[in-house]
Amino acid sequence: MAGVSIEARPAGTSLSVSDLRLKMGRRRREGVVRRVFFAAALVSVLINVLIVVTLFDGTWDFLSRVELRLLWTDGWFPRRDMYDIRTIVAGTMVVAVVAMVVATPLGLGAAVYLAEYASRRARRWLKPILEVLAGIPSVVMGFFALIWISPNIMQSFFDAGLFSLGAAGIGVGILITPLVASVAEDAMFAVPGSLREASYGLGARKRATTIRVVFPAAVSGIVAALILGISRAIGETLVVAIAAGGTGGSLFTIDPRQQGQTMTAAMTALATGSDQVKGATLAFPSLFFVGALLFFMTLGLNVMSERFVRRVRKSY
Amino acid sequence: MSESGDPMDVTNRVQLPESEGGQAEHEQGPRLAVRQSRDEPEVQREVVFDVRDVSNYYGDFRAVRNVTLPVFRNEITALIGPSGCGKTTFLRNLNRMNDLIEGARIEGELLYHGVDLYDPQVDPVEVRRRIGMVFQKPNPFPKSIYDNVAFGPRIAGFTGNMDDLVEESLHRAALWDEVKDKLKESGMALSGGQQQRLCIARAIATRPDVILMDEPCSALDPIATQRIEDLMLELKHRYSIVIVTHNMQQAARVSDRTAFFTVEVHEDSGQRTGTVVEYDKTETIFTNPSDKRTEDYVTGRFG
Repeated sequence: MAGVSIEARPAGTSLSVSDLRLKMGRRRREGVVRRVFFAAALVSVLINVLIVVTLFDGTWDFLSRVELRLLWTDGWFPRRDMYDIRTIVAGTMVVAVVAMVVATPLGLGAAVYLAEYASRRARRWLKPILEVLAGIPSVVMGFFALIWISPNIMQSFFDAGLFSLGAAGIGVGILITPLVASVAEDAMFAVPGSLREASYGLGARKRATTIRVVFPAAVSGIVAALILGISRAIGETLVVAIAAGGTGGSLFTIDPRQQGQTMTAAMTALATGSDQVKGATLAFPSLFFVGALLFFMTLGLNVMSERFVRRVRKSY
Repeated sequence: MSESGDPMDVTNRVQLPESEGGQAEHEQGPRLAVRQSRDEPEVQREVVFDVRDVSNYYGDFRAVRNVTLPVFRNEITALIGPSGCGKTTFLRNLNRMNDLIEGARIEGELLYHGVDLYDPQVDPVEVRRRIGMVFQKPNPFPKSIYDNVAFGPRIAGFTGNMDDLVEESLHRAALWDEVKDKLKESGMALSGGQQQRLCIARAIATRPDVILMDEPCSALDPIATQRIEDLMLELKHRYSIVIVTHNMQQAARVSDRTAFFTVEVHEDSGQRTGTVVEYDKTETIFTNPSDKRTEDYVTGRFG
């Protein structure tokens, strides 16, 4: 601190408004900066609007041309003009339910371990590994589901075929476990240590503290984690496209041992042309219809989870 | 509210123990007010904690060293001293809360009613059910008032009438009248002072023998503070209380005995270790301390 001296300003002898006035040049520069950042924010909004418009345009095109009774038939076979919504919604649900059956205990278990039981050192190792797991490309998980899960679990224990909704569901479940664990762990870790101290101070053991204090205090965040998991399971594409079968279409089924079609897999099949939609009349526009359906389902779930997360923030 | 035998004397007058209940011989100077002592003879009270040469370590770091002091039944024992002198660390030895900190351990002997609290066979959970704790910041659970109070008994497997226990605990914490119509509302919706009394009620509900209080009023305004102090004077008839406080007037007003902690800085390592300088009856600590450091602290010349 060599030789820097800060003199007090002389007290209000000759202060006038012009001394405090915002200079024109500065005002202009601030304005430009503001507009640049506003434009950046606007782009993401515009892209969203564009997506929604495209989706709805295609959906309208499809709905205005399709015979409505074809939306409720025996299965999803776009090449034969059979667009049974139940089939793909049910397939999606089966995959999501199987995925959550896998991801809920694994994810919450990992979260409880990391937030409550792990030593600081274990936490420092495990948390990044969990996050790496979250980065596994879904195409890898798709092949894992087909090559390992399907023969070792679905075929040997459940008497399923090579392709099954169950194998895909388990794969998706493993894929979303890190997401569920990470969000739930954040929620539990955010529970103030003072509540744990209060609990221990009253003679609670670790288990009672976790179940009766930490879990209820973090419940909104935990529910948000599960909803995000469901939403991700519904939106997951490649695992189902690879392992669930039903590439050319599928009959209605809710049996996880069967082949099946989910909304995302159906869209993939349509979009990549493995359904040979060229020339077919309505197969291509049906893609937009399914997309719109998916859009609303995930939007609803995300709004729900957002509400829960906000409740978590409010309580402390 | 306050017990008739415990007038809250907050004047600047100091009454020495020898004075026969009348006017005090006057002690001058910036000394603090001391609660008037009754002229009952010094009875030898039952020892609750017998702390013998206890030191605290975090890993290799010695945070508190060589504390020896008895804590007596139905008394309020205050731990005072500057920040970082290990008062809280020491307090948390008494119900083994330091066990929750990785790498923390103690040396020395700490007897609770004659039982070594740190015997390997002792379950810290059982210890904490007998020795309750109230923390610096009110920390009610985000549950209803009722569930806050019922928490301890529930996890301990209490099978009696929970409604009665909750009501009794809230009565003893002087909170019942304010919350009796909203037991189902969240404990977090109460004011800071009410929250702290809720935490006291919650601690009482486990039927403890000792209540440890770690600066229970530091987050509260003066009126809420006074209510808690009144309450402590009330509670000491049933429980033994050990309180950490930064507020010397508070120690002088409520406590029977005071331990003055200080922090020693090692010249070569710069390590800061807390220890007890002096432990005596509160009147003695505030009016006639035997150690210069105590006198400097209680007269406000340091800390």
